[in-house]
Amino acid sequence: MRYSGWRVLAEGLRGNRGWKPAWRDPAPAAEYDAVIVGGGGHGLSTAYYLAKNHGLKRIAVLEKGWLGGGNAGRNTTIVRNTYMMPGNSGFYSFSLKLWEKLESELNYNVMFSQRGLVMLFHSDGQRDAYVRRGNAMINQGDDAVLLDREGLRDLIPYLDYDNARFPIYGALLHPRGGTARHDAVAWGYARAADRRGVDLIQNCEVTGIDIEGGRVRGVQTTRGAIRAGKVGIMVAGRSGQVAAMAGMRLPVESHILQAFVTEGLKPAIDHVISFGMGHFYISQSDKGGLVFGGDLDFHASYAQRGNLPRAEQVMEAAMTLMPVIGRAKVLRSWGGIMDMTPDGSPIIDRTGIDGLYLNCGWNYGGFKATPASGWCMAHLMATGEPHDLARRFRLDRFATGHLIDEEGTGHQHNLH
Amino acid sequence: MRLTCPLCGPRDRREYSCLGAEDYLNRPGAGAAPEAWDAYLHLRDNPAGRARDLWYHEGGCREWLLVTRSTVTHEVFAVELVAGRSGAAE
Repeated sequence: MRYSGWRVLAEGLRGNRGWKPAWRDPAPAAEYDAVIVGGGGHGLSTAYYLAKNHGLKRIAVLEKGWLGGGNAGRNTTIVRNTYMMPGNSGFYSFSLKLWEKLESELNYNVMFSQRGLVMLFHSDGQRDAYVRRGNAMINQGDDAVLLDREGLRDLIPYLDYDNARFPIYGALLHPRGGTARHDAVAWGYARAADRRGVDLIQNCEVTGIDIEGGRVRGVQTTRGAIRAGKVGIMVAGRSGQVAAMAGMRLPVESHILQAFVTEGLKPAIDHVISFGMGHFYISQSDKGGLVFGGDLDFHASYAQRGNLPRAEQVMEAAMTLMPVIGRAKVLRSWGGIMDMTPDGSPIIDRTGIDGLYLNCGWNYGGFKATPASGWCMAHLMATGEPHDLARRFRLDRFATGHLIDEEGTGHQHNLH
Repeated sequence: MRLTCPLCGPRDRREYSCLGAEDYLNRPGAGAAPEAWDAYLHLRDNPAGRARDLWYHEGGCREWLLVTRSTVTHEVFAVELVAGRSGAAE
């Protein structure tokens, strides 16, 4: 089924009775060429690019719940490339380029909105750091504009510029940054993958990984055994449990990250704004809700809900940055399980087991990576060799010291 | 979420900071292989369910605590002092 303006009009006249499910609901086959564990954004995009870029025919995505029901549906939908470390900057730059073509690629409205991302700075030292970051972004071929205080005030007048503790000195503007509709990204990739013959199998939890002689042979699931020569693990916060089925211990700790949304308001916040003092970021959804988040709760958790101290801290940051937000009512909050690595950067790599591939460690930045992560993971699974853009996302980099420490805080859990 | 400090009694989450998994209690010896240091610093069981991790009561008695709790329900089963345990961190 193709979507078009004409189709919407015609269905409207026919009472919308002609729409069919956007993808099939197949029973698992006994064998596939490639099995992807995890039906989130990364798993679905990997399946799509495996079929499209590499011509694989027999692919299955196994999802224990429903498609896009994990972190794909729990993030704050921000897309950007504000990275500067070798390994990260080229990868996220490529991802941003894929985002810009994604809707025509998938024939799906993912509501990608390049409304501009504004990173505030609050001291001379922080301005210097952002100038350096902006130059790195420009050298990478992306865009960055340094705004002084008055330039920023013209753009965003309602911030508390003269806050006694955190006065705003200016901002680094990333015009191509923005947001996308997170669910639609999962659905768009799902539909596009299904159209290329990928079996999307929901309510199918992987319970074991079959390994013989150092080679993966398939997986055990709640819907029976499935043979496969290639298995990719893309389960974000659950990476530790699935990797343990293959006898692996990962450099990953799963932490809870909360997010919040207010009642729907008239258009008020035109950009994505990130506070430079404390971890806080906010944008307004197309429905009108102010979507915002902060830091981790900073203890390991799989609860998908957070604790009140962090909620309080996030609200305090919001009030410090834009007191006007105090009039809005928070509608709901939720949590996602972040697969945190010691250096804050992801892993896309082979494992010690032939045919078993790992994609994890997205910390709290996985959403923007969705297209490039799938692109590079598909390359890795199809060819057995890492894609050039993901070559540094190695599983063994903590042992060898080849860290990608974007924040410069060190290689220890709980620092990112 | 509250933790019951053995010295201070039940206190709010805000008084504590969490360092991470109990792996930090098992520091390798000076001559240990690089793999042992990698495991100590980076590799984690990351359990969904019963877990043991290290907390610091920085807003209270400033003792290091070994907390046994569920990472799924946030239920706390036990809080012990690290001091006095064999192999306690220096």
